[in-house]
Order: sequence, then C-alpha cells, then structure tokens
Amino acid sequence: MTLFLLRRLLQGAIVVVVMSLVVFIGVYAIGNPVDILINPDATPEIKQQAIERLGLDRPFLEQYGTFVVRALQGDLGRSFIYDEPALKLILQAMPATLELAIASMVLALVFGIPLGMAAGYWPDSWGANVIMTGSILGFSLPTFWVGLMLIVLFSVELGWLPSGGRGETVVVFGVPLSFLTWNGLTHLFLPALNLALFKISLVIRLTRAGMRETLQQDYIKYARSKGLSRHRVVFVHAFRNILIPIVTVLGLEIGSVIAFAVVTETVFSWPGMGKLIIDSINVLDRPVVVAYLMLTVVMFVVINLLVDLTYSLVDPRVRLGGRPR
Amino acid sequence: MSIPALEVDDLQTHFLTRAGVAKAVNGVSFRVERGEILGLVGESGSGKTVTGFSILGLVDPPGQVVGGTVRVGGDVVSGLDDRAMARIRGKRVSMIFQDPMMTLNPVLRIDTQMIETIRAHETISVTAARARAREALALVGIAAPDERLLAYPHQLSGGMRQRVAIATAMLNRPEVIIADEPTTALDVTIQAQILYEVQELCRRFGTALVWITHDLSVVASLADRIAVMYAGRIVEEGPVDDVLDRPLHPYTRGLIDSVPQPGLRGGRLVPIPGMAPALVGLGEGCAFRARCARASMACASQPALRELRPGQRARCVHPLTVGSHAA
Ligand SMILES: Nc1ncnc2c1ncn2[C@@H]1O[C@H](COP(=O)(O)OP(=O)(O)OP(=O)(O)O)[C@@H](O)[C@H]1O
Ligand code: SF4
Ligand SMILES: [Mg+2]
Repeated sequence: MTLFLLRRLLQGAIVVVVMSLVVFIGVYAIGNPVDILINPDATPEIKQQAIERLGLDRPFLEQYGTFVVRALQGDLGRSFIYDEPALKLILQAMPATLELAIASMVLALVFGIPLGMAAGYWPDSWGANVIMTGSILGFSLPTFWVGLMLIVLFSVELGWLPSGGRGETVVVFGVPLSFLTWNGLTHLFLPALNLALFKISLVIRLTRAGMRETLQQDYIKYARSKGLSRHRVVFVHAFRNILIPIVTVLGLEIGSVIAFAVVTETVFSWPGMGKLIIDSINVLDRPVVVAYLMLTVVMFVVINLLVDLTYSLVDPRVRLGGRPR
Repeated sequence: MSIPALEVDDLQTHFLTRAGVAKAVNGVSFRVERGEILGLVGESGSGKTVTGFSILGLVDPPGQVVGGTVRVGGDVVSGLDDRAMARIRGKRVSMIFQDPMMTLNPVLRIDTQMIETIRAHETISVTAARARAREALALVGIAAPDERLLAYPHQLSGGMRQRVAIATAMLNRPEVIIADEPTTALDVTIQAQILYEVQELCRRFGTALVWITHDLSVVASLADRIAVMYAGRIVEEGPVDDVLDRPLHPYTRGLIDSVPQPGLRGGRLVPIPGMAPALVGLGEGCAFRARCARASMACASQPALRELRPGQRARCVHPLTVGSHAA
C-alpha cells in the first residue's frame, strides 16, 4: 500500500512538472512575457523595474527555475485587475466550484444509478426506452442551452428557483458553503442539475450496460441458485460489481465536471473558478489564468489519486497487500 | 417403495432461437434415492446443464421449461413462482457450477457468500451462521477455515474455490445436490480428492447427488447409477457397472470406447464418428442414427426407453449384447 501510494505520488509529481513546463512555455516563452506579466498600462520605468525584478532578461532555463521556485512558494503572480495574488483569487473561488461539482456528481449518482439499474433490469420495457431516450438528450443537448432553458422555465416562468448567484452561505472551517441553508440550496439546485445532466446520462448508460452484462454472469445465476432473494441478488451481487466501472469513470469525470463548470458558472453567475477564469480571460488578466491552470493540474492529480484509492477499496482484486493463495 | 429424493418426470425445456425451437431437454425422466449418486453423462450440448437448471427453475430466456414434473422428497417443485422456488433453491436442492473461477462473486468475501446462503433460508444470527460456514469449510478439507472465510475468491486456488462451492452447497443439508462438472477445471489429483470427499459427505448425510459430467471415468469411480444423455434425451440408464460393462445403447458403447482405459494400454481409442446433431429441426426418430452403425429403417421412429435388463433401460431399436446375454 505504501509503495502504491509512493508510486502514485511520484507519477503525480511528474505530471505537475510537465504541466508547469507547458504552462511556462505557453505563457512566458511564447510571445512577449512582458506583455503577459506586467500591466500594459504601466509606465516604461515601472516596466523596466519589473523586467529586472522578474528576471525576464535572464536565460530561459534560469527563468523557468525562478518560475518554479516562486510557484513552490505559492507565488504565481498578481492579478492586474484586483491587485491581489492570483493564487489567492483562485483559492477563494475554488470552494464554490467544488461545491457545484460535488453537488452535480451527487445528482449524477442519485438519478443515474437507479434509472440505469431499472433500464438494465427490464431492458425491453417502455420505461427503459423512456430512460434511454432521455439519456440521449442529456448527452446531446448543449450545456449552456439547457442552462438557459432551466432558467427560463424554473426562474422566469414558474418563479420557483433563483436564476443566479450562490444565495446565503454558511462558513464552515473558513469555507463558505451554500448547501447548508435552504436559500443556498435553491441557488445550488439549478446549476448543479445543469452541470449534472451530462453525467446523469453517462451514469445511466454505464449502469445499464453494467447491469445487463453482470446479470449474464455465472455468479449471478449461482447466487440465485442459493435461494437468495431477487433484492439481494440485484442490490448486493450485481450492484457491487457494477459499482467498479462507475466509480472509475466518474472519478475520471470529476475533471471534466470542473472544466464544464466554466459554462454553467457563466450561465448562472455562480462565483466559482470557472466564472473567474472566463472573466480573467476577457480582461487579459493573465496571472490569474496561469494560477488557474497550475492549480487545476494539482487538483486533478490529487483527485486521481483519491479515485485510485477508492477504486482499490471497492474492488478487492486491485487491493494491494492481499495475500495470494 | 420409499419416496425418492429427486424425481424428474418427462421434463421438457425448449430454447426459442431465431433458427427455430431447440428442444434442449426433451422428455427427461429419472429418479435419485436418498444417498444415491447418479452420474449424468453425455457429449457437450446434450442438455445436461439445462436439465440441472430446469430442475431449479433457473432457465433464462430464450429458454423455457415447457413441460414435466419435478418432485423433491415427494413435493412438486416444478411450476412454482420465483419466490416459492427461491425457498427450494439452496435449501432443498443445491447446485455446484462447472467453473469455480466464475461462480463465486469476485467482490464479496467468502464469509458473506456463505452466510447469506444460510440466512436466506432461516432466521439465525450472523455469528451462528458464520460458525456453521466455518464448520462446513472444515468438513470439505479446507485448512485454516477462519482465515479462508475472510478471503476474497481471487485469493484462493481453483481447487479451494470449488471446495468452498461444495461446502456452500452442503450448508443447509439439502436433500439433493446437482453438481455440474464441478471438477473438470481442476487437475487430476485434486479432482480425485474432491470426488472422494463429496462421495463421503453424501453417504454420511443421505444427500442425493446428481453428478453431471462428460467424463466416464469420473462416473465409474463415483456413481451408483448412470444416465446417458443424447440430444436432449436419456438414451440409457442403469447401475453403473452394468452400463459400463455391458452397454445396451450404441452411443454408450461409443462413449466407453472413446475413453482411455487404464487397464488397456496401447488399446486404440475409437472416437464416435460424426458430430453431435444440431437440436433445431431434429426430426422424429433416433437422434443418433446418422452416426450409428446399426441403424435401420426402423430407427426412423423414436424408440421408447425400454427395460432390457433388470434396472437397465435403453432407448434403442437394435440394442447391443442383449441377444448374446439373453440365454
Ligand atoms: N442460451 C441458449 N440459447 C439457445 N440454446 C441454448 C442456450 N443454452 C443452451 N442451449 C441449447 O441447449 C443445448 C444443451 O445445452 P447444455 O448446456 O445443457 O449442454 P451440456 O450437456 O451441459 O454441454 P456441456 O458438456 O458442454 O456443458 C445446447 O446444445 C443448445 O442447443
Ligand atoms: S435406435 Fe437405431 S439408430 Fe438409434 S442407436 Fe439404436 S440402432 Fe442406432
Ligand atoms: Mg454443461
């Protein structure tokens, strides 16, 4: 287990290093870093000072070295717009995005698994047809359009739910959270649903396929031959096996949820990283962009590590340290 | 006459395929007494497994049991709904499947899979059920049963897994166990050990055993009686020594000749000519006649299963050896 962890940590570190090189080359080396790192409105003297301070007149490798050293110290530049450290801005916006991402993952599981199991258990029923047609829509309709339609329907027409913002938040361990107040929940629901729609469809398809395949397995027939109830066969014997691919895929999808959050956050004015990065791109606030990229890489590495660990919990065959024979 | 542990009467199971109806089990009848071991043999595709599944009501579409009666200890268990059938399965009739690698659920521990088998049929604490599972494992010769209970299937060898399946089948002291080629995937030594142990257990607890196999040598050492299946029908049935020494049906003869005989080294193996027939569109008449050297016009109508010697019956118009032994 320790070895496994060490190996994964090392792999993660390599990914971060490679990505930092890409970001560095993309932002610092291509084009004129002076334009990127220094507020274009600054006077020539200030620019000159900054160039020396940032070492932009030094050789490439040395510059990269400085970038890495500063990044390790948490210094990824200052926002031109807010005049605050870019990293701090991103970190402030991160909880909102994570809350949205987790909420939509929960929705994906809560809706996707039961619907997928039903569609897999009664594959020829009309209910299964409805579910599968719905999942095709969920896959193919563009997120921003669905988001707008949700606002039109639930906020404008019916007036049931607010159309944007986070609503009331409660601060837990210094992190503002929406889902703990009723008002916050009503604000969270629509964007989370919007972001979840694609994942719900994905989970439905995965679960249905897994269910159908698993029900064909010998161990299911064997379980039935022992006189187990249908409930136990489906929810213990089949479900535990279906869970493995779902956990894997969904874990890998956390990344894409965070990426897609950019769209949803913009549509619903959800004050997360996605909205921040779009705003920053619009006003060419490049340090924030750099900070966003680096932070997401680190986040992905951590999430993937957690997924691997979860995976090994769900599937005993990949669990390390198991005694063979 | 005592009530047999298992009595199958005119069992019929059809598969509705695109090509037509495959009569995988076509009027199978047999009975097994308490403590008796019946060997059910036949080539691949002859309907042995489907017979086992039909008895337990485990035939899945496109298959369907379309006729016949199954009695366990005198009670009719055919035609029951799934809930009622579930009370029979694993309790009065257990099944051991062919492939030990595929039958235990890979993500559940052995203890989970054994304990649930007990608790599906009686109200009993987990602790008590676990003690019984442990005992059953010890009974089938598994060393360190406590440790094995905590293992996942992939942590056990093939032979060990099959012992687990056997122990699980014995958990509720069923009246009947149907064992579907449970040792074919194992190596010969382990196979012999397991055969011996199963035989012991069945004698000891009076369990009736239906041992499905295509391996005559296994049956010879294990079974009391033997039933030979061909294309969905039982073509010969009788005490194991009679059937193996003096087969009546040409197909049985062919099976025997195609098995290597330990005593007859250098003796030539004679495979049965031709192939097992396709079940779809199999007409009337003896299904073996395309491969049978004794076939005549009379074989074009289905021969009945006739008792040609005491306790030994065969479905053949021109049975072997009866004439020569008749005197
Ligand atoms: N799912 C199915 N669909 C269509 N036909 C089937 C199906 N399962 C079984 N059959 C038919 O039932 C026949 C008997 O199959 P069965 O599995 O009982 O053979 P078997 O005697 O157990 O053979 P083996 O020694 O290979 O296990 C097959 O020849 C096939 O025609
Ligand atoms: S009935 Fe005819 S064809 Fe069939 S086994 Fe007997 S002799 Fe051969
Ligand atoms: Mg079979």
